[in-house]
Amino acid sequence: MATPYQERTIPAPHLNEGDAPYFEAAAQGKLLVKFCNDCKQYHHYPRALCPFCFSDRTEWKEAKGTGTVYSYSISRASGPVPYAIAYVTLDEGVSMMTNIVDCDLDTIRCGQKVTVTFKPAEGGVVIPMFKPA
Amino acid sequence: MSIRGKAYVVGIYEHPARKIENKSLARLHAEVAKGALEDAGLTTRDVDAYFCSSDAPGLGGINMIDYLGLTVRHSDSTNTGGSSYLYHVAHAAETIAAGKCNVALVTCAGFGRRGTLARDHGADVPEGAFETPYGPVTLNLYAMAAMRHMYQYGTTSEQLAWVKVAASHHAQHNPNALLKKVLTVEDVVNSPLIADPLHRMDCCVVTDSGGAVIVAKPEVAKSLKRPLVKLIGAGESPKGQMGGKVDLTYTGAVRSGPIAFDEAGVKPSDIKYASIYDSFTITVVMTLEDLGFCRKGEGGKFVMDGNLISGVGKLPFNTDGGGMCNNHPGNRGGITKIIEAVRQLRGESHPKVQVRNCDIALAHGTGGSLGTRHGSATLIMERE
Repeated sequence: MATPYQERTIPAPHLNEGDAPYFEAAAQGKLLVKFCNDCKQYHHYPRALCPFCFSDRTEWKEAKGTGTVYSYSISRASGPVPYAIAYVTLDEGVSMMTNIVDCDLDTIRCGQKVTVTFKPAEGGVVIPMFKPA
Repeated sequence: MSIRGKAYVVGIYEHPARKIENKSLARLHAEVAKGALEDAGLTTRDVDAYFCSSDAPGLGGINMIDYLGLTVRHSDSTNTGGSSYLYHVAHAAETIAAGKCNVALVTCAGFGRRGTLARDHGADVPEGAFETPYGPVTLNLYAMAAMRHMYQYGTTSEQLAWVKVAASHHAQHNPNALLKKVLTVEDVVNSPLIADPLHRMDCCVVTDSGGAVIVAKPEVAKSLKRPLVKLIGAGESPKGQMGGKVDLTYTGAVRSGPIAFDEAGVKPSDIKYASIYDSFTITVVMTLEDLGFCRKGEGGKFVMDGNLISGVGKLPFNTDGGGMCNNHPGNRGGITKIIEAVRQLRGESHPKVQVRNCDIALAHGTGGSLGTRHGSATLIMERE
């Protein structure tokens, strides 16, 4: 069995105030992660206030863009084409929801090394995703 | 302040329909309210508190309070998805213990078969832009919890299937159950894979239905003619992604369970019957571990070989057929978890599935998603 990756239409996400820098960086091929300058921890999804210490001294840092598949699932009946949702644990230590792309989806495994790539959504928004390293 | 012994479940009703046309949502809530009040031997004039979740139409409870003709001094519209109603019963008991109400009505109703949409909790949810582009739906989020459990603990599809098989053994005796066919492990694992590693038969049913529960103070409960079912413990706890320290191997039951067991003064081994929220087979396996019925990672082994089947295994569960086979009204299975636990304690479950000497029962709800954020709630009840 093989389930080749197929492009799918991704509606433009609604951005809340403060979300734009993440997507502006993605459009330039960079993955950002929020870092707290007080407790020195990364967090994701990004917040204005650190979820660990509630400091407002959070800032965007560029992630290395490499990580490991924590878990995944192939949706075979939830859209026009199959797609792989996943959590990837970044080398910075935080896990992010994402899609695994550009591979036979049936070969994805927990623990697999992956690297960031970028796919277009509608409205010119660019979304970070991951492919096998 | 403890709720232990401060409140009783005095009325229950599960709507017998599973597919409904030509009835309004408000009417469905009213029908289940009427059923539970008649079961208790009470009327709307006795009700002084109303609890509902977002399945009820309107602004919190106020539209339904008006529609039902209630005059209440307390209302609560806590929404934690399918577990809301276990939160409601716990909050009703707290309200009664505080002397702020005497008789609380909890209703749930919905038309699940009109279609399930991709989860959308509104534009302002803070995680929205960082999740919705990836196509998260109920199925694939629970599936990711299952996939990690398999990777980390060696749980198998065949083990998960036993949850559905056990529920189907119970559902065959429930004339109202949507699926009454007895299933095998092979039936489940050979059903189509829809979100790896979950198959179609790893999922609960989708129904139009509802249910209601009445909670009352001891003086009211003891004045009625129904068997006495006393609340002795309750715990609640949401769990999320923890700022990116994502761990899909456990549920909020690791907190709600011990709170409820401590308050009740009982242990998992004291529980004769358990209603365990069964949105998916994996939900049951993880919840049983987190409530302490078996060790972490051993839930798959625990559910095998009919261990959840009444009269066969050690822990009879969901003897109405559960969400797996009986009913999951409006995609919210919490109310039916409470109802079947009360039936067991009253001795009113179907004779083929009634647990002998059922004196202590547990009901547990998991609302939202194991893969992102969910609200867990545990109730422990005792026959008096």
